[in-house]
Amino acid sequence: MLAYIARRIVYVIPIVISVALVCFLLVHITPGDPLVAVLPADASQELAAQLRAAYGFDRPLPVQFGLWLLRALHGDLGNSIATGRPVLAEVMRAVGNTVTLALAAAIIGFTMGVLLGLIAGYFRETWIDKLATSFAIAGVSVPHYWLGMVLVIIFSVELNWLPAVGAGPNGSNSWAWDWAHLRYLVLPAITTSVIPMGIVTRTVRALTGDILSQDFVEALRAKGLHERGVFRHVIKNAAPTALAVMGLQLGYMLGGSILIETVFSWPGSGFLLNSAIFQRDLPLLQGTILVLALFFVLLNLLVDIAQAAIDPRIKRG
Amino acid sequence: MLIKTTARAALIAALALASAAAWPRAASAETVLRIGMTAADIPRTLGQPDQGFEGNRFTGVTMYDALTGWDLSSADKASVVIPGLATEWKVDDADKTKWIFKLRPGVTFHDGTPFNADAVVWNVDKVLKQDAPQFDASQVGVTASRMPTLASARKIDDMTVELTTKEPDSFLPINLTNLFMASPAKWQHFYDKAEGADAKAKSQAAWTAFAKDAAGTGPWKMASFTPRERLELVKNADYWDKARVPKIDRMVLLPMPEANARTAALLSGQVDWVEAPAPDALPELKQRGFKLYANEQPHVWPWQFSRVEGSPWNDIRVRKAANLCVDREGLKDGLLAGLMVPATGTFEPGHPWRGKPAFEIKYDKPAAQKLMQEAGFGPNKKLTVKIQTSASGSGQMQPLPMNEYLQQALAECYFDVQLDVIEWNTLFTNWRRGAKDPSANGSNATNVTYAAMDPFFALVRFLQSGMAPPVSNNWGFINNPKFDELVKKARQTFDPAARDAALAELHAASVDDAAFLYVAHDVGPRAMSPKVTGVIQPKSWFIDFSPISMQ
Repeated sequence: MLAYIARRIVYVIPIVISVALVCFLLVHITPGDPLVAVLPADASQELAAQLRAAYGFDRPLPVQFGLWLLRALHGDLGNSIATGRPVLAEVMRAVGNTVTLALAAAIIGFTMGVLLGLIAGYFRETWIDKLATSFAIAGVSVPHYWLGMVLVIIFSVELNWLPAVGAGPNGSNSWAWDWAHLRYLVLPAITTSVIPMGIVTRTVRALTGDILSQDFVEALRAKGLHERGVFRHVIKNAAPTALAVMGLQLGYMLGGSILIETVFSWPGSGFLLNSAIFQRDLPLLQGTILVLALFFVLLNLLVDIAQAAIDPRIKRG
Repeated sequence: MLIKTTARAALIAALALASAAAWPRAASAETVLRIGMTAADIPRTLGQPDQGFEGNRFTGVTMYDALTGWDLSSADKASVVIPGLATEWKVDDADKTKWIFKLRPGVTFHDGTPFNADAVVWNVDKVLKQDAPQFDASQVGVTASRMPTLASARKIDDMTVELTTKEPDSFLPINLTNLFMASPAKWQHFYDKAEGADAKAKSQAAWTAFAKDAAGTGPWKMASFTPRERLELVKNADYWDKARVPKIDRMVLLPMPEANARTAALLSGQVDWVEAPAPDALPELKQRGFKLYANEQPHVWPWQFSRVEGSPWNDIRVRKAANLCVDREGLKDGLLAGLMVPATGTFEPGHPWRGKPAFEIKYDKPAAQKLMQEAGFGPNKKLTVKIQTSASGSGQMQPLPMNEYLQQALAECYFDVQLDVIEWNTLFTNWRRGAKDPSANGSNATNVTYAAMDPFFALVRFLQSGMAPPVSNNWGFINNPKFDELVKKARQTFDPAARDAALAELHAASVDDAAFLYVAHDVGPRAMSPKVTGVIQPKSWFIDFSPISMQ
């Protein structure tokens, strides 16, 4: 097992360097001036050249990449062009807010998804299955930003039960796990949870149905094992695949949703990316993409390790 | 069993939501105004805001003052330059590049230190003197470009400074509205405490710290700041202009870039005021008793014509025909739900720089068709023009539907309008490259909106031949000796009334030449709770928050 983990960690190194290179190149090949946030289009040529030199954009791209990578390895992602604030602090604060939202959404989405999937798979081809499946299809199909707006109209504007925007009465700085703050989380978390809920439901339903139709289940029943025991076997067999799907979904949610976070003005990584894209803030854009990509890599690593722990056949492969 | 558990969870959730409805709201004697801004981030707080004039509106003129300021006291009159931290100024009769500014006595920064000539020199140096410790490249772009001729500052005595320009420039007092005075003592305090490998790193750290705990001389003081989430300002009870001491105790600024989110926040009572509410929601806002404000802004939504060789716009009859073929009232009442002012130039009647153009821009389709026929076009021989525009962007209003409206309107006057839609930042960058650059992609007009606060931005950078790319924004390479002569005259006329007259002459000449297709002025719509009173929305990008009260 330790050798497997070590091998997986070694694989991560070239992936991380490739991710860094790709995200650097992607933001640099897009059209537009990287200094647009601090240099109006009416600025003089002389001023533009002065600022280009001050920010190091006058150097060749490989040199810029090398310097950026060197600093990144030392934990310094540079400063935002638009705000002057250190990128790492900005990204970590935003990621923290997105993690809060993703975890809340994961709890709702995965719990509902597993429950509905198990019910639908167990009662396959009945009205219960159809109901649960319809719920899952709706979750995957409904545009989540639209759902977010509808929830805001119902629960914030009409009923005035929950806040429409923000991450706490005084912002996310003073976040606490009490109702005064959690009420800000309810609507964005429900909105974020619907897609993973739908995907997990469909996955678990398919797995449960397949496993229940396998010979070993018949054998277990023939041996007189009661249904709860059979169900335990079903869950155990479905777990590795369901876990992999949930891991990926959690990864997507940790990446933040530009649309949901913008609709709810939730100051997470999606909101930050949106701002960085519109301001063409290259250091912030690069830093945010890099950190989010690393999250994906790390999460996949953890899922691989967890899968290997659950299913020993995987590590042999 | 599972269904029972789910039903119970749903019941608990419903009860929790119901209890939220009954949640008591904290009562406070303090009056607080909460504003949803369109910005995605709090504009920079260190003295020179980013994010264009919305930045200046919220973190510039609130926390800081400049040597000169804008009169924001009237909704009817044009907003003009008035004394700020300088009480009077005049150009040196012998050397027109030197200006003497007398400073306002008795003004202190929010940290209690005095405002004086040293502070002015320090603030000029922060953006112009590269070897000054406080020089900050990140503040240069948004400042130096707005005062393109300022070269240096020198202290004469504690209450007098001399400013020097690179060339005689009567626009300087107007440009200086963009240079906000930050407290040198407060910055020095942060600099002394800062850690950094060298002076530059320490300076950067000091500015970062200053941005979190800033000190200017404005009517609002910084109270707390959470990047990208909220900025709280409290009233400066000791503000030097007693008539402009804020009536509200606290103002909370919240970035909400999405129009529907802002509107929902207002409708649900989470904020008291939103900038640019969702246009579709205006009838509902009105119906629910919210107040709507809008007024003509110094902003122009134009087509800027290419005047390079071979451009169809080189024929003045074609330029005039386009201006006469657009039903601007129809655009206003139909597509934009009243949220625009029809443009008949860069400045409208009543503005000191309007002048008396002979060419009257109005909707006159027969006249437009006649001009096109005279130019050799007709129903069977349409003139193809290509316009570069964006799908969205700061100040662009609703660029695609508006351009499609123009496309249809101009088709009736024998134009075949083709749209080249590109991303906003790219369009903005191309603006600087000009019509001859490959980035124009064969377009012979560009659709970048512009602010018209001061003469340089409103007129000079587009009309003077020397401002052609790569120098500035004369995208179409206009080269009209009359414009050059009038620019020179305006810049070198130092009596304010005579300078305004020269600018009016320049503006009238540009309208007579149909230098642009003038379409609309934005109106800066905002919606607010009926509790908010005392709002005066001037004809400006800015607004004075001081007279506003909460009922």
